[in-house]
This record gives sequence, structure tokens and C-alpha cells, in this order.
Amino acid sequence: MALSNVLETPAAGFNFDNTARNAALEGLFDGGLTPKPLKTGTTIAGVVYKDGVVLGADTRATSSEVVADKMCAKIHFISPNIYCCGAGTAADTEKTTDILSSNLSIFSLNSGRNPRVVMAVNILQEMLYRYHGQIGANLILGGVDCTGNHLYTVGPYGSVDKVPYLAMGSGGLAALGILEDGFRHDLELEKAKELVRAAIHAGIMSDLGSGNNIDICVITRGGVDYSRPFQESEFRDDRKMKYKYRPGTTAVLTEKVVPLKLEVVQETVQKMETV
Amino acid sequence: MMRFCVLQNSRGLHSQLKDSVPVAGLCPQGAYGMQDSLRSGFTSVKNELLPSHPLELSEKNFQLNQDKMNYSTLRNIQGLHAPLKLQMEYRAARQIQRLPFLPSSNLALDTLRGSDESIGFEDILSDPAQSEVMGEPHMMVEYKLGLL
Repeated sequence: MALSNVLETPAAGFNFDNTARNAALEGLFDGGLTPKPLKTGTTIAGVVYKDGVVLGADTRATSSEVVADKMCAKIHFISPNIYCCGAGTAADTEKTTDILSSNLSIFSLNSGRNPRVVMAVNILQEMLYRYHGQIGANLILGGVDCTGNHLYTVGPYGSVDKVPYLAMGSGGLAALGILEDGFRHDLELEKAKELVRAAIHAGIMSDLGSGNNIDICVITRGGVDYSRPFQESEFRDDRKMKYKYRPGTTAVLTEKVVPLKLEVVQETVQKMETV
Repeated sequence: MMRFCVLQNSRGLHSQLKDSVPVAGLCPQGAYGMQDSLRSGFTSVKNELLPSHPLELSEKNFQLNQDKMNYSTLRNIQGLHAPLKLQMEYRAARQIQRLPFLPSSNLALDTLRGSDESIGFEDILSDPAQSEVMGEPHMMVEYKLGLL
């Protein structure tokens, strides 16, 4: 049904047609009934160690006061040598890291090289600055490329910082305390993993928005080791997903066998084509 | 610095003026000229004059502003000929398009702008091929030519 008031095809990209209606609706219902977006309420942390970068994250996603996802994956793949932890609005971090990953894979197909971490950071910074903070994504980017091991943070308004250790999210302050105390330059792998694990654990203990398991991702020049989960929480529930009974659960009282008499009426043989 | 005026679309001046100075109550967004309360909310002078979302204006003009910035930087570095040549190619590529209600692939435009090698929100959200509203072909062509 063609409408006579549509004079141009609608532009692709974000569509702001409903903002006036939403503002009017919020005013009508006193702001009580608008749906809240799923936030990750997170603890994420990263540490640069001797041979690469260790990234860690918890796995809880909350929607106001309810835990919406107990095994949320917050460490996103960007490229084989770059991974990104995301805090903030779950959909925004997912989509932004997806777009970034697609752009970088187009680049590596074009040029035949692995992308550098600075490229990922610049693309993210331009994209997030363009939307003036409306995309709520706090990201920690870590990766190893030909220039070394790097850890960057990108804020929702487009701010960038390059640091040797970092924690973000609602549990970030607690995690940062552990990192400040235990960080040294050129740590060994096991010490770095233990430091990040302790930092995320502190965030889980001190923040309601973080919890459940801990994921750790180690990126080195030789490859990536993504342990999901690295440490499971002691309070996980052991619900069985399948409720099937073993054969023999019910006792058999009587058994009666009636053989079925069949007679062969017609027999045809079809040869199968085998190479 | 010489400022060259670039008409980013071939609409007539009449239709451009109507877009830039909206008057409340005279041009409601609904079908048949009636205010569509379900989709656009109640009529209000503020809604028609100011954009309701902080990003609305900046997103509408984003490509324009980026191009202006790039062209002026290019002019400062390489001289006047560089942006002039680029804009000539850009205008030539813009003319290879179908009628307004038909989808154009914009291949030449994409190659010139470099957006054939990158993915952004305009490639994922609100695909015009899947839009819920369809315009009247005759009116869309008239609007584009400025006869409406």
C-alpha cells in the first residue's frame, strides 16, 4: 500500500522517528513502564605481562535487579590476535565489537596482514565519538601485534587510554585495588593469570552487578588461550537439563511376548550406485 | 578561502525550503495530512521545530560535514585542484542512479567514498530494501524534480 506522504526512501542507519513518541509516552506514564536495556554490570580487567596480554571478565548480565544471563560471554573476538572485553549495555558492546571485527577482517583480507591494536582503537574511537556517548560501550582492548603487546581502554564518549593494567565496569574499582597492589612489569604467565583472577574475584565479591564464573583469555604471539570458564563459582546450581530416567527405574512385574506373523509378499532389489 | 557551494541533491529549491522551515500544524507527518498520534505523538510546536533526539541533526548531516572537512584539508595540503577533481568525480557518480523509488546499488559512489570496504551501522540497520513504508512512485519522482 503506497503512502502518499513518503517522499523519499528512508535513509539507512539509525532511525529517530520514534523518539518524539517515546518522549510523549514517558511523560504519560511517569517514567515507570519503559523497558530497561540489558546492562552487563561487570568487572573486566586486563594486564600486560612478559609475553603478551591477559584479559579477564566475570559472566553475569543483569537487567535492573534480575540476573538475566549467568554465562554471558564478555570477552569478544576481534581478530586472531586481538580480543576485547566489554562493559556497559550488552547489545551495544556486542554490536560494536562485531562491526569492528568485520571491518578488521576486511582489512586483513585486503592487505594480507594481521591488524594492529591501534587500528582497532582508532576505528572504535571514531565510531563512539560520532554517537556522542549514546552507544554505552566501555571496552578494554588487548592484543599482540608486530609492534608489541598492547592494552587500551575506550570509553563510551570516545576517550582512549593506553595502560599496562586496567579494570572497568561497576566492579572495576575493587578489581583495580588488587591490580594496583600486585602489578609488576614483565610478570610471568601464571602470576599474571592469578593476578587477573584475583582482581575479577574481588570485583565479584564487592559488586552486586558482577558474579558467577570467571573467564580468562591469554593472548600471545603464538596464539590465544581462551578459558571459559577459568574458575566456576562455588554457588552454581546443579540443575539437570534432561530429566530422563534410567532403564530399570520402574520394576517389571509381568512380561508377555506375542510374535507377529509376517509373510513376504514381494521382494525387489535396487542396486545402489557406489563409486 | 573560496567556499564552493555543493548541492547535495538535485531537488528543486522549492522542496528544499519547505524542509528547512517547518511550520507547526501545517504539515503533519501522518497519512492523508492528518496527525498520526500513534506513531508521531501529539502535535506540539517544540516537536516540529527542534529535533527530539540529540543525535538527529548531527546524523542527518554527518556525511556532508565529513566531506566538507576532508575537502578543506585537501585544499590546504594539495591546492584547489584536488578537491575540485574529487567533487567532479563525485557528482558524475551521483548521476548514475535509478529513479527515487527503485533501489540503486551506488557502486561508483561507494568506491569513491571508500565505503565499499567498511561496514557501519548504515549497512546493518534500516535496510531500505526492507522498509515498512512504500512511497507513491509518481509523487517521489515529482518531489525529486522539484515539481511537487
